[in-house]
Amino acid sequence: MADKSQICSVWVGSETGILKGVSLSKKRAFNFCDMSSVSREQEICALTWGDQQESEVLVGCVNGSVKTFSTEKGVFTETRVCGDFSQGRFTGIAVTDRSLITCVESGLLKVWTEGSADTAEINVGGGVCRMRQNPSQRHRVATGGKENPLKVWDLERPDKPIFTAKNVANDWLDLRVPVWVRDVAFIPDSDRIVTCTGYHQVRVYDPSTPQRRPVLEAEFGEYPLTALALPTGHDHVVVGNTHGQIAVLDLRKGLVRGCMKGLAGGVRGLQCHPSSPLLASCGLDRFLRIHSLEDRSTVHKVYLKSRLNCVLLSSRDLELVGSDAAGEVEEVKEEERDEVWDSMETVREKGEKRAALEEEEEECGETGEKEEKKKKRKKAKK
Amino acid sequence: MDFVEVPVSEDVPSKKCKVKKEKKKQKRAEETEDKGPESECAETSSSRPALPPTFSLSEIKNKQRRQLMFMKLKQEKRKQKLELRKKRRKEREALGDKAPPKEVPKTIENQRVYDETTVDPEDEEVAYDEGTDEFSAYFNKLINPKVLITTSDRPRGRTVRFCEQLASVIPNAHVYYRRGLALKRIIPQCISRDFTYLLVINEDRKVPNGMILCHLPDGPTAHFKVSSVRLRKEMKRKGKDPTEHYPEVILNNFTTRLGHSIGRLFAALFPHDPQFEGRQVATFHNQRDFIFFRFHRYIFKNEKRVGIQELGPRFTLKLRSLQKGTFDSKFGEYEWVHKRHEMDSNRRKFHL
Repeated sequence: MADKSQICSVWVGSETGILKGVSLSKKRAFNFCDMSSVSREQEICALTWGDQQESEVLVGCVNGSVKTFSTEKGVFTETRVCGDFSQGRFTGIAVTDRSLITCVESGLLKVWTEGSADTAEINVGGGVCRMRQNPSQRHRVATGGKENPLKVWDLERPDKPIFTAKNVANDWLDLRVPVWVRDVAFIPDSDRIVTCTGYHQVRVYDPSTPQRRPVLEAEFGEYPLTALALPTGHDHVVVGNTHGQIAVLDLRKGLVRGCMKGLAGGVRGLQCHPSSPLLASCGLDRFLRIHSLEDRSTVHKVYLKSRLNCVLLSSRDLELVGSDAAGEVEEVKEEERDEVWDSMETVREKGEKRAALEEEEEECGETGEKEEKKKKRKKAKK
Repeated sequence: MDFVEVPVSEDVPSKKCKVKKEKKKQKRAEETEDKGPESECAETSSSRPALPPTFSLSEIKNKQRRQLMFMKLKQEKRKQKLELRKKRRKEREALGDKAPPKEVPKTIENQRVYDETTVDPEDEEVAYDEGTDEFSAYFNKLINPKVLITTSDRPRGRTVRFCEQLASVIPNAHVYYRRGLALKRIIPQCISRDFTYLLVINEDRKVPNGMILCHLPDGPTAHFKVSSVRLRKEMKRKGKDPTEHYPEVILNNFTTRLGHSIGRLFAALFPHDPQFEGRQVATFHNQRDFIFFRFHRYIFKNEKRVGIQELGPRFTLKLRSLQKGTFDSKFGEYEWVHKRHEMDSNRRKFHL
């Protein structure tokens, strides 16, 4: 289990409640789940990294529980109940300095501090579709939803949002333009926020200016845009809609730069890799696709038998082959055995053998990490 | 100009085309004159005038002559093929038991590109997915289907008759006239009256051409293109009208994951327990992404022979999109959308 989870560089959450890890170098996908509690109520609706070193994945389920999965050990280590079924699904989970921020569809944004039992609560309005955390200022979050305009909250001053977006002016028939914010992202190195709506609009807001209306508005397609991702560096944004169309838009003029082909079902999750120009997309057609952002071609396509809800990329190089020769030999042997048993992986309790294996793998994992860090530095220099 | 007389036998062509002998002879005369310079390059003793190797039939500007030459070419090829076949058959007979096995001809179904979403029968994850999806209530035998059949607004006679015949084929089906009502408003009412399926036949220019099949409580909506509809009176050698017995259902060749979903969608239209006294069977046969619907009555004459009689309407369907949730074409999320330029580029790739 541990070695399987360590080589996985892409994590995908599915509707059946199974967390899937995909290793692109080995071209294998692994299921990680609790065999006892596989049910539709455990449907994964949010995924995020638990810490900066990306050793823990926080998995938010439909029934309100947040499970912690350790990538080094390959097991679910903790489960926390952070809400229940009646409040709706998780629309975002984030982590700041030892506290967990969760937001559900009914609008309840809670900050769970570690150690103490009390939680800070903010009501952000009903019908929330997405909550996202600013990666550079981790105490700021943005929320938006159906008839719920974009609001940026500072968790240190939770009574009022620091920025509320104003709706655009009435359209050419003098009718109010409806609001349906489906995904939000913070543009790095600036204060700006980009949102995509269910009415196929992409809008950029700038809280540093006195203008509360969007600074830029662009439209794509005729179907609701469901997911958004920001590639690092450029002024682009990648959006996906319910028809499986993924487009790269330019944020300077608001024009479409190009589309990614291949998806046949609605896009549920999009994420760009931090360092390499790759885009991971998952959707209702049960495939995980990795596209290259430069020439918009499909680099990898993996069939993962259930409908996929969210995707999470690790910052390390996606195609990095796993550590030692010894490790590889073990993995090859296990592959031959696992050819037949690949479908369901059960999570068992720790035994002696497992402890011994873990120690070996941790050592290998450490050396592997050092190599990865060196490679990262080299890439940064380039 | 130097003329090189190349012997052209008039026997072979004239044997084959006896009607046009006169014209031919004229042509022969013309051809030998014209082909003189062309055949300078190669002198052969073949029946056809020798032509330079870079000559192709499309360069002949005269249509009649071109057609004639092409016809001759085809005849030559056919003759060679026949000879080859005869030779092979003789060899096979000569070898007897030691003859190599007959080669299987390549068909598009044989050459189908392997689809990675093909469902393995022992796959637990897919089995779990199917066991807990929107049809689980039906497949766990908790609910009996109840179908509402309607059309697009103001249907013409053919579509109305098609709906009536469909209602006779699908048990527990009710036909209602669509009085210009919006589907999104009909759906909550259907749910409150315990309908499990909404079937809308779309009509264009007096002919049914589309079908929306919506599984009701919260289920997927499939949009099909309907073609080749044959009503009962257009069937040759048809039997009497179908009875009220529940038919059996045959689903053929739904191999991929998408095919499984669609197959389950069709299976849940019919009640679970077929009444074998009725001897009626509804078949949904998938071939090359087209789904053929047939309705038969069968009778076993003895243990090995069955007689079938086709009753009921017959139509073909092609899936255009599968949407998660009830009908909402603008804001709904699609599980699968047919994208012609991406999916139809390969003749050997199918999705169902």
